[in-house]
Amino acid sequence: MREFWIIFKQSFVTKAKTKSFFITTLIMVAGIFLFANLPTLIKTVSNVMGDSKEDVVAVLDESNVLVDRLEAQLKQSNEAITIERSDETTAQLKQQVEDEKINAFIELDFDASNTIQATYTTGSLVDQYLSSTLADALQSIQTEVNAEKLSLSGEQVATLFTPIQFDKQNVSASAKSEDELNSARVLVYVLMFVIYFAVIIYSSMIATEVATEKSSRVMEILISSVSPVKHMFAKVLGIGSLGIVQILIYGAAGLLAYKLTSVGEENGFSAFFSLENLEVSTLIYAVVFFLLGYFLYATLAALLGSLVSRTEDVQQMIMPMSLLVVAAFIIAATGLGNPEMGYLKIASFIPFFTPLVMFLRVGMLDLPLWEPLLSIAIMVVTISILGWFGAKVYRGGVLMYGPSRSLKDLKKAIQLGKE
Amino acid sequence: MALQLEQVTKKFGGFTAVDRLSLTVEEGTMYGFLGANGAGKTTTFRMILGLLTATEGSIAWNGQKISYATSPQIGYLPEERGLYPKMKVHEQLVFLGQLRGMNKSDAKVAALKWLERFEVPHYTNKKVEELSKGNQQKIQVIAALMHDPKLLILDEPFSGLDPVNVEMLKKAIIDFRNSGATILFSSHRMDHVEELCEQLSIIHHGQQLVSGKLRDVKRSFGKQNVRLHADFSLSDLDSIKGVETAHHSLDGAVFQVDDDEVANQLLQAALQKGPIRHFEIEEPSLQDIFIAKVGEENA
Repeated sequence: MREFWIIFKQSFVTKAKTKSFFITTLIMVAGIFLFANLPTLIKTVSNVMGDSKEDVVAVLDESNVLVDRLEAQLKQSNEAITIERSDETTAQLKQQVEDEKINAFIELDFDASNTIQATYTTGSLVDQYLSSTLADALQSIQTEVNAEKLSLSGEQVATLFTPIQFDKQNVSASAKSEDELNSARVLVYVLMFVIYFAVIIYSSMIATEVATEKSSRVMEILISSVSPVKHMFAKVLGIGSLGIVQILIYGAAGLLAYKLTSVGEENGFSAFFSLENLEVSTLIYAVVFFLLGYFLYATLAALLGSLVSRTEDVQQMIMPMSLLVVAAFIIAATGLGNPEMGYLKIASFIPFFTPLVMFLRVGMLDLPLWEPLLSIAIMVVTISILGWFGAKVYRGGVLMYGPSRSLKDLKKAIQLGKE
Repeated sequence: MALQLEQVTKKFGGFTAVDRLSLTVEEGTMYGFLGANGAGKTTTFRMILGLLTATEGSIAWNGQKISYATSPQIGYLPEERGLYPKMKVHEQLVFLGQLRGMNKSDAKVAALKWLERFEVPHYTNKKVEELSKGNQQKIQVIAALMHDPKLLILDEPFSGLDPVNVEMLKKAIIDFRNSGATILFSSHRMDHVEELCEQLSIIHHGQQLVSGKLRDVKRSFGKQNVRLHADFSLSDLDSIKGVETAHHSLDGAVFQVDDDEVANQLLQAALQKGPIRHFEIEEPSLQDIFIAKVGEENA
């Protein structure tokens, strides 16, 4: 046990002291604060870059009435668009658009049936906002014109456009309400990302560590004083604890950013992400599935890492494993809209997908308790089997040198381990 | 405190890496393990350390099996450098010392003491990757010696060291022997083995070609070298019966002969041709024995 802690401490401390660890953590924390203040930032940047200066649209109005109404309509809806009456030719206006004196010009007229005919010309069609705002304004004018023609009062028009009341409810008292579901969706999505990245990052860190120890041949010294199995689990736990510390730092940073931005105006995180509906059970499941997912993949990564003798070959070796994690994420992500799909249920009991898919289901649905418990049990069993199998491979793998970069070497490693 | 290997065989599938190897290293002695690359030296060391299990035969130290429980008493220097490139020298030594059963403060003191002894105290807080190969080797040696082991397994301890440092390391190893440690080391350098080891083995393709005390090995080789220096050509002496090989140089020649009588005949024959400047009967060097034995095996 003594050696176990020495290796555990060594893999934790040496990694935590590296510059790259420090810098990554710092960048992530900065990123979280940046993200929290994104709307404010976008506004500031837009002001500085002059993106928000008013759009200028020239209007060629054949009907002579539409231009005033358009101007009035835009003013009413508070749009920052300047309307310029113009009697120049279309060719001259085109030139002005090209010279960027105006953003666009629009030709307006009524056709025979008194319907507005508009032709919108601009330099590039990238800015869809301007054209759709103009189209909306014109549509309202058309409605008014039609109403006048039919001699409908404003009230009558309003009646025509009354929006319906469409409330969703569910029968089961325990099921989540619409509001709860929405906030659960965001939370689950965020946590899914955290689990996904953590599993990928830390398990590939383990594979790289093991391969580095092999390629620097320090492994031979290590396993002549500690059994390879102890070494492997000390490594997995050491890096795992490092990951937990890092995620806790991110979590604290996120919480702080949330608190800071939600105090002020309604923007940042709080605009679309509320912690008020946070269910403690979701968080607990997130922690449980993160840990299980990490141990599952980390054991696999240590096993794979022990098969290569050069760090360059690590990525290639763990590729199949990374694809598994990606597959799990894709399955879970497709289920965000409808977590009740049958394939999700099946996938949530497949240990390599459980951490993400079962977490999605348990976070979004009200599952009977036995479902998550069963999946957790399956994972624990799988991890034990992988640990046992990994230890067998590891014993031989760490002594194996040569151009080993395929899974075929598994057999060779187990053989060598037995010997 | 003897290390004993008896009829140790190691097979990897159909390939026999070590074939019925037997040797005994007594306490306070050094045992030289000679062999070309791929002869089975590292496999043997790994079996002794318990990293591999022998297919047949037994390995015992003081009558006990070597296991992780005995690892604090064992010092191992692998053939290739095995250090964390990014870790600082002192930190690394303390870590490796702790793994060999030292407590932290003892490990710190011992690491500094050895860095001092090997004249590299200024590398204490440098990363290993910043050191030259020779200096890395010194750190590796310290890692093998710092916990005061009773059994030393050294795989090519002198490789990459300059002559001054080789002497420094030899002295450290001799100190260990004098304080009663059991030492087994491998080398390509016959002169080091000749100088340091009471006993030795030559292995080739897993076979133990020669083993025993240095003196006995030389004696049983049954051949001697006759060195003759003269101002005239000695090439016609090659044909004397009993001369096995002859190496001519500007000074004269060295003849390998199988008994003293032939040496006398060589001297007589040379004297008949004119005055000679030098005549000497030499013991065969380990190099000669190695080349003869390994070459024979290859033929």
